[in-house]
Amino acid sequence: MSIIYEVLEKILPFTFMQYDFMKNALLAMLIITPLFGILGTMIVNNRMAFFSDALGHSAFTGIAIGVILGLTDTSISMVLFAVIFALLLNWIKRRNTVSTDTIISVFSSLGAAVGLVVLSKNGQFAKYSNLLVGDILSITAREIGLLFAIFIVTIVFWTTCFNSLHGMSINETLAKSKRIKTQLLDNCFAIIIALIIMLSIKWVGILIINALLILPAASSRNLASNMREYHRFSVEISLFSGILGLILSYYNNTATGPTIVIVAAAVFFLTLVAKPFVK
Amino acid sequence: MNNRQIKAKNANGHCGFHCIKIKNFGVTIGDTRILEDINLHIHCGELTAIIGKNGAGKTTLIRAILNEIKHEGTIEFKDIRNNTYPNLKIGYVPQYLNIAKNTPTSVYDLFASFISRVPVFLCKSKKAETKIREQLRKFEVEDLIDKPVCDLSGGQLQRVLLSVATLPTPNLLILDEPVSGIDRNGMELFYKNIDYLKKNDDLAIILVSHDLKFVEKYADRVVLLNQTIQKAGKPKEVFQSEAFLQTFGEDEQIGSND
Repeated sequence: MSIIYEVLEKILPFTFMQYDFMKNALLAMLIITPLFGILGTMIVNNRMAFFSDALGHSAFTGIAIGVILGLTDTSISMVLFAVIFALLLNWIKRRNTVSTDTIISVFSSLGAAVGLVVLSKNGQFAKYSNLLVGDILSITAREIGLLFAIFIVTIVFWTTCFNSLHGMSINETLAKSKRIKTQLLDNCFAIIIALIIMLSIKWVGILIINALLILPAASSRNLASNMREYHRFSVEISLFSGILGLILSYYNNTATGPTIVIVAAAVFFLTLVAKPFVK
Repeated sequence: MNNRQIKAKNANGHCGFHCIKIKNFGVTIGDTRILEDINLHIHCGELTAIIGKNGAGKTTLIRAILNEIKHEGTIEFKDIRNNTYPNLKIGYVPQYLNIAKNTPTSVYDLFASFISRVPVFLCKSKKAETKIREQLRKFEVEDLIDKPVCDLSGGQLQRVLLSVATLPTPNLLILDEPVSGIDRNGMELFYKNIDYLKKNDDLAIILVSHDLKFVEKYADRVVLLNQTIQKAGKPKEVFQSEAFLQTFGEDEQIGSND
């Protein structure tokens, strides 16, 4: 880790880089934002914005379960619960009996409410309130390692399964006729989304995590005309917003997550204006 | 069939030795019986059109054949020459795609996702691109390879999907024809493409159609569906049957349905 720190100090001779917490935050940004950029492309394609939002909200319940069970590390219960929650949502979606949007939104509110009730018992909620906006400056080296692990998993999943995933999003019956195992793939994708959201929610915050997933991909769609451009722009926009947001929040002394969202939203509106000239 | 006839058939591309039997298909969703007692016999080199009113179970039948929904009954695919049962490869042309406006999926991306292992978000595969170009050329849509799929016209999309469905060549090609969005010329071209496939490749075709004029012109066999098979046979036979008149009414005879 110290080698990485030294390298960072060498390449970036800014005053804020002398603090370890800024170096950690920057490293975390360099891992989280490309991940969000990549994942966002398919979330937007599949119109899963509601789904990822609900997953974020389920973090409250996951933590509450950990508190009830008396776990010292509530992230374990949070991640496990989110995975189960994601598979449950997928199962409901496949049954296709009620409008999916409605049912997901019901589960989303329920997931938040149950967690909030448990966590706020006896006026304890203040302890968890930084979950709402996140605090990337408090991330430790070990937690960055964990993020890096999920980064590798996602890259492997994306390079091996993206074509099938893309085929499935275009038309599921067509994908099936080409022997793509749609259900398995869909569940794997849901689990990956759940893992990434849960591992980054403490740093980014429940209220804004969905914006970070959606905005870079949505901006990229305004400029791209094929999958390669779509991914490249999305990752670039995500990285740019993340790093610029981090630096701005340092100088203005504001919460990092929301600052990043503002930058990302500004980029989105710029691409919207630029769209007629690019496409 | 004598030897000369077999040779003539071979010259056409299909062998006439494969047959697909759909036996006792039935589908129940919830409490509703949607299909029952479906028995169909399909030969390679033949175009079988399925017609019927909305809600007659046409799309359900297709989804059952593709094994996408639970159903009773079996499909048997038999090679008559040596009495073997090879695996049935099915190609499918959907009625529509789940692609919203503004989606950056090019025709290459769509096609390569199904035939190549090189991830389409990373780079183009030269090998896949050559293959795709060659296949698109057969259906006169080669120059669309880098166009976004959401910008294609109904007819163009139809032909792109046809080329996706027939690479690699399936034993059974299933076409779900869109109800609207394709102009007369597009339809004519589409049917010509299908006819070409029928004559040059060794495959059987099932077509769900809403356009009786084209069915009369191009289909070898017609199946009138309404929960079960009401009437099956040559186009003329079916179109003159009692069941047909009851379903479509006197006013909707051939030639007056557009």
